[in-house]
Amino acid sequence: MTDITVDRLPETKIGESYLDEGHSLASWLTTTDHKRIGILYALSITAFFFIGGAAIGLVRLELLEPHGLFLTDEEYNRLFTLHGIIMVWFFLVPSIPTTFGNFLLPMMIGAKDVAFPRLNLMSWYLFVIGATFTIITIIAGGVDTGWTFYTPLSTLYANGNVIAAAAGVFVVGFSSIATGINFIATTHMLRAPGMTWTRLPLFVWAIYATSVVMILATPVLAMSLLLVSVERWFGVPIFNPNNGGDPLLFQHLFWFYSHPAVYIMILPAMGVISEVFACFARRKVFGYTAMVYSLMSIAVIGFMVWGHHMFVAGQSPYANLVFSFLSFVVAVPSAIKVFNWVATLYGGQIVFKAPMLYAMGFLGLFTVGGLTGLFLASVPIDIHVTDTYFVVAHFHFIMVGGSVSAFFAALHFWWPKITGRLYPDYWARFGAITMFLGFNATFLPQFVMGYEGMPRRYHVYPEQFQVYHVISTAGTVLLAVAYILPLLYLGWSLLYGNRADRNPWHAAGLEWETLSPPPKENFERTPTVTSGPYSYGEDAEPQAHTA
Amino acid sequence: MSDAPALLHEPWPSVERQREGVSFGLWLFIATEILFFSGLFLGYTLYRNLYPDAFKIAARETEVFFGTLNTAILMTSSLTMAVAARGATRGFRKMTLWCLAVTITLGCTFLLCKGLEYHDDIDNRLVPGPDFKLKPPETQIFWAFYWVMTGIHAVHVTVGIGVVTTVTLLIYRRRIPLATAAVEAMALYWHLVDVIWIFLLPLLYLMGRS
Ligand SMILES: [Cu+2]
Repeated sequence: MTDITVDRLPETKIGESYLDEGHSLASWLTTTDHKRIGILYALSITAFFFIGGAAIGLVRLELLEPHGLFLTDEEYNRLFTLHGIIMVWFFLVPSIPTTFGNFLLPMMIGAKDVAFPRLNLMSWYLFVIGATFTIITIIAGGVDTGWTFYTPLSTLYANGNVIAAAAGVFVVGFSSIATGINFIATTHMLRAPGMTWTRLPLFVWAIYATSVVMILATPVLAMSLLLVSVERWFGVPIFNPNNGGDPLLFQHLFWFYSHPAVYIMILPAMGVISEVFACFARRKVFGYTAMVYSLMSIAVIGFMVWGHHMFVAGQSPYANLVFSFLSFVVAVPSAIKVFNWVATLYGGQIVFKAPMLYAMGFLGLFTVGGLTGLFLASVPIDIHVTDTYFVVAHFHFIMVGGSVSAFFAALHFWWPKITGRLYPDYWARFGAITMFLGFNATFLPQFVMGYEGMPRRYHVYPEQFQVYHVISTAGTVLLAVAYILPLLYLGWSLLYGNRADRNPWHAAGLEWETLSPPPKENFERTPTVTSGPYSYGEDAEPQAHTA
Repeated sequence: MSDAPALLHEPWPSVERQREGVSFGLWLFIATEILFFSGLFLGYTLYRNLYPDAFKIAARETEVFFGTLNTAILMTSSLTMAVAARGATRGFRKMTLWCLAVTITLGCTFLLCKGLEYHDDIDNRLVPGPDFKLKPPETQIFWAFYWVMTGIHAVHVTVGIGVVTTVTLLIYRRRIPLATAAVEAMALYWHLVDVIWIFLLPLLYLMGRS
């Protein structure tokens, strides 16, 4: 490889930035460029995120007092349902794959675009239409089933627009499937010459594993929501116990999707963290092969553990035993990843830039979330804490502490590449620390009150829990600051930030070898890849040559 | 080939690779479809095991005549679709267009028969609800699955007819080349829809008559 010199063409010969390929609204709404579609997704999920956040903000305020402050029971139920549906389906599931996955996956493998660019645009339209429709129906008519749509509440008793809300989620599901198909086909078919499977960056592997889960799990959610809608609409008995129907069947179908959905949320985050740690510890990721196998085995084993959501639902004790065992098994590859990240940091030359701080936050919070997951995998402990705030705290540590921290790590890491601008690192580090503190203040008390018996979803509660609720709500304020702050300094950087060069972090990876922001075709020529990812250190060389 | 440039789209390096990509994408979609229907098959299996007698009583009421006729229609349409897909790659323009037209007609005939059958079912008070004619109540579950399974299948046939008609017209007007990867892709889809029917036939029409 020493004979390779990287001869770059003079910059004037390269196509202009993808951002300058038309400035009209129409040029954005009809684009098939994966980078622009990534940005369309980013804008829409940001809007949804703040709506979902506002809903839970009201809930947290309401919970300051044991008997509530300003909401009726009905409004309270609708608000947490709105929060759950938006955050799960319209923010967390699409978050990293549709934004950074769309933007980076083709660049990281040296492709010009995703395999089916028009399908990619269509899936954005499906997403926005389905999500907007659902949010309007929930706000206008109200749905109070929680995001889980459990029967017979959803089919026989719930008031409000359950069918409309389910229809919107159904449509969004097809957007997710289209995205998954696109990413898998892209990874298989459009890798640049020399980009073998073992040279793929871990972010690509993570998005690939996520896509497999998306295309195999989402259709089962679609079917379970369809059956709920059919039963509710036509009165056809499928889950109705009066005619011999079995509500537990719905839970099986629902969790067959919704447990793997957790991996749709966390696998891409794991990919981001591997990239960020390697760059800011200036080291190759420790145990690349183990990292790949653990990603794929999480994706596969993740399909076999859904019954841990039904330990108290009337499932047979033998099923409980098996699902409990498998839930412990699925923790092993996650643990491998945590150890490998720590080993990557060990002996590295760590630089505490903002993306690194967010990634460190991920590591700590994800570990706590994962370890409390082991409590819940164990049947006797789960029976004690089922449907309490312990569970709420556990999955928020994974989904918010893990996925959202990783989302912000990715945002700060690739921001210069995406926009061509640098942001003020001081404010970004301040935001990262605020987020970490705010998160812990919000959710650590929930572990305690949950373990002591505070049930989730309750509007009123015994006074002994008030102190925890007050701390939690105070933490929420801090979290809100941490989420709004980046809007300000990143917005500022768009207008006044210094121009970024190709590779401001001196990171490895194909995406850093092209311009910031990249031209429409991503690279001046199709790159030829000559080595694996993460060549950091003194003898570092570019991963590809483009001459 | 003179129409080669129109065949190749960004970001594919070659027509051959693009063709492979399109059918690979469609196979992934088929995997999705299988999981989509598997929820129904799981539910059906579960309830049939819970209520074998009710399922027997209920399944006797399906119209095996229409079931058989529709199976024959769909299988024939699969044949014409397969011939069309081959014809398109060999450049037999006329034959391909004819076969696609026959496929569309057979698809519509299938839907027509299904409609007639639904009409009879409704007349026979086989829609679950207060008017439902069979006892015990668990028979309603079988019929719920009947309506949902055949209904979703019919939606798939309708979508298939729409797609095949569009592509056929585009080829006929020479707006897209005959050798487009779309023909093979929609043939895969059409076969999938037929295969699903092959599973529905014994579950819904034959099991009550064993
Ligand atoms: Cu789970």
